[in-house]
Amino acid sequence: MIGTSQPRAGGLARVTGRQQFIADINLDHALHVKLVHLDCGHARIVAIDTAAASEVYGVVAILTAADLPQPVPRFGPVHDDRPILAVGETKYHGQPVAAVAAETKEAAEAAAELVRVEYEALPGVYTVAAALDPAAPLVQEPGLRPDDPLRHSNVLRELNYGWGDVEAAKADLVVENSYAFPMVTHFAIEPHAFIAAPDDGGVVIWTATQNPFQTQRIIARVLGLPLARVRVIAPDPGGAFGGKQHPKYEPLVALLALRTGRPVRLLLTLEETFQEVRRTSCEIHVRTGFQADGTISFQDIQSDFLLGAYADVAERVITKANYLACGPYRVPDARITVRALLSHTTPSTAFRGFGTPQVSWAHESQLDDAARCLGLDRVDIRLRNLARKGEAFVPGDTPCDGDWAESVRKAAGAIEWGSPIAAGRGRGLAVAIKASATTGASYSIVRLHWDGSATVLAGTSDMGQGARTVLAQVAAHELGIPIDSIKVVMGDTAAVPFDLQTSASRSTVFMGQAVARACRDINAQLRQMAADLGLVANVSVVELLRARFSEVRGEVIGVGSYRSEHQPGHPLGGSPSFYEFSCTASEVEVDEGTGQILLVRHVTVADVGKALNPQHVEMQDEGAAVMGLGHTLMEHILLDDSGRIRNLGALDYRIPTTKDLPLEMFALVVENADGPGPYGSKGAGEGGLMATAPAVASAVTEATGVVIRDLPLTPERVWRAIQSRDL
Amino acid sequence: MSSTPIRVTVNGAEREVEVAPNTTLLDFLRDRLQLTGTKECCDLGECGACTVLLDGRAVNSCLMLAVEGDAREVTTIEGLSENGRPNALQDAFLAKGAVQCGFCIPGQVMAARYLLSRNPHPTLAEVREGLSGNLCRCGGYVQICEAVLAASEAGT
Repeated sequence: MIGTSQPRAGGLARVTGRQQFIADINLDHALHVKLVHLDCGHARIVAIDTAAASEVYGVVAILTAADLPQPVPRFGPVHDDRPILAVGETKYHGQPVAAVAAETKEAAEAAAELVRVEYEALPGVYTVAAALDPAAPLVQEPGLRPDDPLRHSNVLRELNYGWGDVEAAKADLVVENSYAFPMVTHFAIEPHAFIAAPDDGGVVIWTATQNPFQTQRIIARVLGLPLARVRVIAPDPGGAFGGKQHPKYEPLVALLALRTGRPVRLLLTLEETFQEVRRTSCEIHVRTGFQADGTISFQDIQSDFLLGAYADVAERVITKANYLACGPYRVPDARITVRALLSHTTPSTAFRGFGTPQVSWAHESQLDDAARCLGLDRVDIRLRNLARKGEAFVPGDTPCDGDWAESVRKAAGAIEWGSPIAAGRGRGLAVAIKASATTGASYSIVRLHWDGSATVLAGTSDMGQGARTVLAQVAAHELGIPIDSIKVVMGDTAAVPFDLQTSASRSTVFMGQAVARACRDINAQLRQMAADLGLVANVSVVELLRARFSEVRGEVIGVGSYRSEHQPGHPLGGSPSFYEFSCTASEVEVDEGTGQILLVRHVTVADVGKALNPQHVEMQDEGAAVMGLGHTLMEHILLDDSGRIRNLGALDYRIPTTKDLPLEMFALVVENADGPGPYGSKGAGEGGLMATAPAVASAVTEATGVVIRDLPLTPERVWRAIQSRDL
Repeated sequence: MSSTPIRVTVNGAEREVEVAPNTTLLDFLRDRLQLTGTKECCDLGECGACTVLLDGRAVNSCLMLAVEGDAREVTTIEGLSENGRPNALQDAFLAKGAVQCGFCIPGQVMAARYLLSRNPHPTLAEVREGLSGNLCRCGGYVQICEAVLAASEAGT
């Protein structure tokens, strides 16, 4: 059962079209909601005239900030800074200033067009340089953060990590460069959607979230309701990738439902979804010192991460990713200085890898530069510096918990590192490391029914990663019953016990352990039951249950939990439960006439401890690799001078298709059963994209001799670099 | 807006209905017939999530009007399986691990169905070409292509 590729739970419903995603839920008498937004990045709202819109047949309610409780409630996962609707100003392209609820979606759309907003376009902050300009407008009012000494600037947070003494560190070679990582968007194929309905003195919300319990908490606070009166139903998301981790318009639809006394549904367009979530862009300046043999002497990293208009969870992204900005290496002296900057752009949020792709782009490219300068092999320089198992590569914190060199050797072997290579081709290899969940709390209840089947209650969200399958495997293994007789129930705060969230590749470890413990609780009860009944040890579960429950029937209920507590004073609030380590190796061919990169072979190796379901791990890692090729080769959000996104939608913002696939692709794993999850597992599924960009860029450099430090590696950018080389 | 009567066959059943002339085939299928297996993503013909067969040809149902279905035959994902049992192509998607979140999968399956109807034994390159209009952000393309090739070998 464990370590076998059980078919995806819910797979049949998905191939037959019967899987119910949120937009497929039709409530009787539901109102349709359409948002009103302005075609600019930053503006002062002078007046909103809803008279013409309210004349549209079928319009039931129009909300602007003036119609909301005052002061307008604000919310967010960390800072309560995002208003339910824009108050006074719009702070980013697409921020809604009004919401129309109508009997039909056509009426809602027509009325939204007729909401007349008088506004004054204002200068905005759209870049790192603009955010740091002392003359720049403040993105957030200082009153939102009254106790924050930085409140009169666009700096949300300054971070300083480090150890040793960088100033005193000696080096034979110092490599100094700047790297840029663009804004990219999640582009789950399912656009964001929200439904709410009044419910017995409270409210019920349907949202395809990774985080139903946080949504419940925030709605309860905004509406002044007890948790038990807020029910969040979270249908399996149609892709999430971090973009569906934190609330967006749930408070708005909840208010609309209570205001109108009717169910309301808000389905965002893909374009509106683009305007809601993105990865944090950044500029990283690094000085890295090396000894002549390639040993790293020091890292001196200064970076600026451009957040959006509201903090969402981006501050946490930056805090966690930069904690490991030196990568998985032994670095005697380190200084990491980071600024998190607010801007008049889409709020950046969690996105697969959680900041790691950005920091690895810099630390891995630095190692390649050093290898070239020192005449060293690019794999050897990594092996020389990688932390060894048990080594505290961040002094005082969770030590290296895997044989990371094994992953590197495996990837190098799969890409045939060191073998002769055709002209015009090149290979690259890069690694990355992500701190997994620090704090966490997952609870599970398992109900063993009298016929020997079981229902597993788990607050995890299955957004495609396959948690439903893996948790069923754990329960089947622990209870010794067939997987077909197990149903995993998720995504309903009124039905399943608390789970902190589905993020940070935590579910296999945290919820996996909670389910395993709940099953062991049942097994202990069964043993006691057998002893009480005087039954022999090898009696089957079903026989035992029949003997115990007779015709009255009943069930055995097991409870399990897995927690990682907050550690006061720790920069991350707690030590990482495990590290997600990943190695990517790529072979490319570059067409020097066009700048086009052809991926000949692409390999990922993930240290997963134990692959509970090898096919699911492979799907996740290959999928992550394809996603990584997106931000490496083609994806970037383009803003104009007034902060408008110029490439909204699938045609102008390209993501990889079947035709962008490498000719060959492999997703390999290292399994040493050294993780804290069930059976030695670690989290998986993010690693495949964490080192894509530096691996591919390194291969492009070997193929062409040009070094590119901005992403994506579009044909134009590669071609221009080649032209400069040939000058 | 006035309605137009049409006679359209959907998954083998002929229907006489009145539709507004500006109703897309996608909205007609999802909102009127509650055939929600066909998915809406970009609504501009860019992503392929809404792919259905119209007289056997794959189309983006968001780019068609319902009235264009008049006197024609529409097949949606619900029309491929009988009594909820998957056909061989759908089975291949499951067996090869091509399904992650699953939101794009109905469109992928319909595009693959059309590809195999034109070209029962495609090469990998032809499969990649044939499915290039169907986006999958979970990135399950390798397995999706393997599934189509496996279904082809099985003679679907």
